[in-house]
Amino acid sequence: MRAKSLFLQHGRQFGTLIVLILLSAALWALSPHFMSLSNWLNIAQQTAINAIIAAGMTFVIISAGIDLSVGSILALSGVVMAGALQAGVPVPLAILLCLAVGSLCGSANGLLIARGKLPPFIATLGMMSVARGAALIFSDGRPVSGFTPGFRAIANGEFLAIPVPVWIMAAVYLLAHLVLNRTTLGRYTYAIGGNEEATLLSGVNVRRYKTLVYSLAGLLSGLAAVLLTARLNSAQPIAGINYELDAIAATVIGGTSLLGGEGHILGTLIGAFIMGVLRNGLNLLGVSSFVQQTVIGAVIIIAVLLDMAMKKRRS
Amino acid sequence: MNDHPILEMRHIGQVFPGVVALDDVRFDLRAGEVHVLLGENGAGKSTLVKILSGAYPRSSGQILLDGVEVRIETPRRAQELGIAVIYQELNLVPSLTAAENIFLGREPRRRTGLIDQQRLVADAQALLDELNAGIDGRRRVQELSVAQQQMVEVARALSLNARILIMDEPTSALTGQEIAELFALIRRLTKRGVAVIYISHRMEEIFEIGERVTVLRDGKYIETRQIAGTSREELVRLMVNRELKEHFPKVRVDPGAEALRVEHLCRRGALEDISFTLRRGEVVGIAGLLGSGRTELARALFGADPIDSGRIFVGGKPVKIGTPRDAIRQGIGYLTEDRKSQGLVLNLSVRANICLPSLHNFSRLGWVRRAQEGAAASDFVEKLRIRTPGLGQQVRFLSGGNQQKVVMSKWLCSESKILLFDEPTRGIDVGAKVEIYQLMNKLAADGAAILMISSELAEIIGMSDRVLVMCRGRIAGELSAAAATQQNILNLALGGN
Repeated sequence: MRAKSLFLQHGRQFGTLIVLILLSAALWALSPHFMSLSNWLNIAQQTAINAIIAAGMTFVIISAGIDLSVGSILALSGVVMAGALQAGVPVPLAILLCLAVGSLCGSANGLLIARGKLPPFIATLGMMSVARGAALIFSDGRPVSGFTPGFRAIANGEFLAIPVPVWIMAAVYLLAHLVLNRTTLGRYTYAIGGNEEATLLSGVNVRRYKTLVYSLAGLLSGLAAVLLTARLNSAQPIAGINYELDAIAATVIGGTSLLGGEGHILGTLIGAFIMGVLRNGLNLLGVSSFVQQTVIGAVIIIAVLLDMAMKKRRS
Repeated sequence: MNDHPILEMRHIGQVFPGVVALDDVRFDLRAGEVHVLLGENGAGKSTLVKILSGAYPRSSGQILLDGVEVRIETPRRAQELGIAVIYQELNLVPSLTAAENIFLGREPRRRTGLIDQQRLVADAQALLDELNAGIDGRRRVQELSVAQQQMVEVARALSLNARILIMDEPTSALTGQEIAELFALIRRLTKRGVAVIYISHRMEEIFEIGERVTVLRDGKYIETRQIAGTSREELVRLMVNRELKEHFPKVRVDPGAEALRVEHLCRRGALEDISFTLRRGEVVGIAGLLGSGRTELARALFGADPIDSGRIFVGGKPVKIGTPRDAIRQGIGYLTEDRKSQGLVLNLSVRANICLPSLHNFSRLGWVRRAQEGAAASDFVEKLRIRTPGLGQQVRFLSGGNQQKVVMSKWLCSESKILLFDEPTRGIDVGAKVEIYQLMNKLAADGAAILMISSELAEIIGMSDRVLVMCRGRIAGELSAAAATQQNILNLALGGN
């Protein structure tokens, strides 16, 4: 009984997990180097940024919203942090500033949606352009480069032989999983996405929790900005373009319904890995980046079609 | 006038899962007449109309048009047969013009395939003028009054060569002057041989416009009469005359202290000067027809809709209720009329739904204490005998009765003392109904105050200590349990004196 309900609850991730395993097996067969530990650490490191943004996106999509501004928020918080670092602000403080800028932009999204009653698509489409423009203004359109080794260690350091970004990604997912499944915020996120009217009529402060969800997405974009800036040793005002699409793709591949109310954070992690594995494998096989784009798009469509078919069969 | 019927419906039956909506109903219609269809909420009028308009293709029985049997499987087929419906909610595209709406889907075209806008406007205007509608066909529908929109619907029906026009509560949103205009229009139409099936609760209208009336009750055919030879009292008697078949296990409790008092509550366009008192241990029934303001009253008390004026007292103290949160803090719970769209989050578990309004009681610093939450939920599952394979089951998989018990548990779990029950037994099988009545008894005995809105007169009479009857946003009258007969309630609900 318990095992069965566990399977029902996690059945969808099992489905995506199977896709990930089959994909890895196929790539292994085609390129023996694919299955090495160093390559997997490489994949994990490359996946970390998308995965972190996608964790926030999962909250937003479960609440029946969408956030198109995550890439622009990443760029803005990145250049602000870089400016602070170059002005001699200590690293921890600069990082906090970066996270604060991200959260603030997210809160602005949330207020526009929850109080202003704007459709999430419109509010975050606007923020996408506003934040991008602000990043360009702040940086005067130029990358801000050159940081201390201490800061760069966030991206290229290791702990217990595992890259720091992978640790950060793991921590984000552990926390996100707990928040989604064990806290009132998580519960209300599902409830709002499942039936906003019923949730409101149950006395839940829907506005507040919606605002929090978008703030969280902004916060995680800020965190991704820290990792990206450290990795590139440069903050670029044009960073993060199309990241929202990758994050939405990872979430949707992971089985979260765009209609809201359903979804699991671990599915999103698997979704992000499916995209990371695909990119890595196609690179190893020497497939051109043009073809890669096409293949990844096709995989997104196929994964969701499969998921819908499975869902239909279950109900 | 030609007495040969253009439409005959014989032995019409319609079964929905668990409910017989229509049973062996007959109906006929002559060219040029206005035939009124009369009955209480749920008597089967709408179902009959929907069968005729092709919305319920799987009904049983025979439909004859001009003596020839037809099968009406789709709304499109009904349209081809010359049957048109003017629904209560108008089916127009607000952002398109009147003319574009009239010919929507059948736009006249030029040889190039492009829409012939000039002909479209000219033809539509001709139709509107024929109806004496006084509407410029180039105006957008959203700029028109409800009455004018109705005219556009009628024009659309005529453009389809409709011979049978079904009007479902056409006057519910009209002013006196507009009603007069509508009736003039109906008379012009019947002169041209169009037959009208007219559904309305308003007695005075029935006598003014109708020629014959057919009464339905509980999905059954009762009688057809000439309106000229009948009276209002007789029609009411035909509508309600039935024995109370269901058993109501009502237990009376001596009312205690005042729980809720409402003074001069107003919400423009919905509620007018509502005042009443609700005591602990009391079940007060709210009767009234659809649209009489019953649900609007519950929503206003619960803070779901803003009020324009008036005061609310809980336990004798004035309170301000601006949101559902405020209401819940005052110990008010609201079981909504539509549990699926407003009462439950269908893809969440039984446990999550039961604890949704009270989750803060089971959490600290935002962290949900699952053991406590689960214990509370399982307590209610047990007490209310909710049949579910487990607390983790999504509520979408429960039966209607069990879903309703989950909604009740929500409010019991948040310790509500004033319960607003809107159609608490709608769509629930008989066994579960009795369980819900028993639960109401128990709650009243424990000191809860219950306001019960219901469209089922038998339920109102069977379960209420007092009955408030609403009509057009007002409380038309209050009846004691002894005086609350179907006839008295219906008289008040129909706006009688």
